[in-house]
Amino acid sequence: MSSAARLVWLVAATLLLAACAGAPLRGTGDLGLVIERASGHVTLVSTTSRSAYARIGGLGDLSHASVVYSRDARYAYVFGRDGGLSKIDLLEARLVKRVIQSGNAIGGSISQDGRIVVAQNYTPGGIKAFDAETLELLAEVPAEYAPGQFSKVVGLADVPGNKFAYALFDGGEIRVTDFSDPKHPTTQRYPAGRQPYDGLVTPDGRHYLAGLFGEDGVALLDLWQPEKGSRRILDKYGKGEEKLPVFKMPHLRGWSLAAGRAWLPAIGRNEVLVVDASTWKETARVAVKGQPVFVMASPDGRQVWVNFAFPDNGWVQVIDTLSGQVVQTLQPGKAVLHMEFTPRGEAVWISARDDNRVLIYDTRNFRELGSLPAEAPSGIFFTSRAARIGF
Amino acid sequence: MGWSMSNSGIAGPAAAVLLAGATLAAAEPSPMRQKELIHMVRQDCGSCHGMTLRGGLGPALLPATLADKPVDGLVATIIGGRAGTAMPPWHRFLAEDEARWIVARLMEGFPQ
Repeated sequence: MSSAARLVWLVAATLLLAACAGAPLRGTGDLGLVIERASGHVTLVSTTSRSAYARIGGLGDLSHASVVYSRDARYAYVFGRDGGLSKIDLLEARLVKRVIQSGNAIGGSISQDGRIVVAQNYTPGGIKAFDAETLELLAEVPAEYAPGQFSKVVGLADVPGNKFAYALFDGGEIRVTDFSDPKHPTTQRYPAGRQPYDGLVTPDGRHYLAGLFGEDGVALLDLWQPEKGSRRILDKYGKGEEKLPVFKMPHLRGWSLAAGRAWLPAIGRNEVLVVDASTWKETARVAVKGQPVFVMASPDGRQVWVNFAFPDNGWVQVIDTLSGQVVQTLQPGKAVLHMEFTPRGEAVWISARDDNRVLIYDTRNFRELGSLPAEAPSGIFFTSRAARIGF
Repeated sequence: MGWSMSNSGIAGPAAAVLLAGATLAAAEPSPMRQKELIHMVRQDCGSCHGMTLRGGLGPALLPATLADKPVDGLVATIIGGRAGTAMPPWHRFLAEDEARWIVARLMEGFPQ
């Protein structure tokens, strides 16, 4: 076939496909989904029209559900609390496949090459790797930290080389598992400290940080030089003071590296800790309204948005990263659980669980741009995550 | 609202209520308050114990998992927290008899 004939054939086939689908062709870069935690639904949304376009149910227990995207940003992988792993097609707005992969799960991540989806589990403690296409089990890596003892896994993040970094809550370790041979993974272990509660990887994929609950500090592993081992940063940031009761664990997943600094939630303190991202020394603290849960940098790094643990979960504060000051305090609704920036950050979507609403704010003037109904909304996940390391 | 109480012991008025609770039925929270408590357990306790109470970072709170645990110990854990674990004290938000009501409901299967 000549190249011209091949082109004609290709165009015809494409048109035919489009006609069969009955819908105009479209991309997915402005799509996303909102978890409705109480009813096992997700609502599919467009950040361009600022509206929902479909709703899918039957996804099980979605409390603490999280989502990663295929590298073409067409499929969402939803990790439910009950161990359910659901693959959703954003374009056809349907559930493609669903497996129950564990008894109690906490999230997941997708590999650099997009072929492997990995779930992190509390019960049985460990991680499991699945074929991203078929959700077929490829390998299982139990988080055994002492003979017969298995740890809950937290803070799973993809890192370059088809590796995944994660932390062991009960085992006090950071682990890096290499899935470059997907059915025969290999794992490296590093000490972390007492009760790591979550982890994050920096946007360049170089540093893995595990926040500690059982002691004041953060464990840091340089993935470019893992032979140097893990080390402690922000050691004793509480300075021996008694910490406040923690009514909800903070999350590090919405990492914040902004203006050359890392912005991290303090445990048991109404503070955001600021660390220089080249020396990893503390440079400042920002006093905030409550104990931070998510400390999220806008895509340009100019702002950091913070929400809070119960009972201060009706507030959201915005830190200007240039001045290091809180510049805005908002009350978007009752029980604010999550925030997500649009891909280039002109707006932020905020879930208010007990108001059954998702609110959309303009990040420049903090005005409400709109809202949409959702039943007990929690996580909001946009497809821009598909291209980010560590998700 | 509620009594502050140390993690290690129960003293003063709290002990009196515990004692009374053992012989008389503890005061039931009002229907409206019961609704709030159910919401609080499912949603806020649920951040660690799971919305279905099948466990998460914290242990499961199902009738089967609680069956062999002493009621007073469970009430004391809710009110005073548990040192060395992630369980915080809830006395700022719950009165003793409310915690006792929650424990009773958990042990029989928590309402939706």
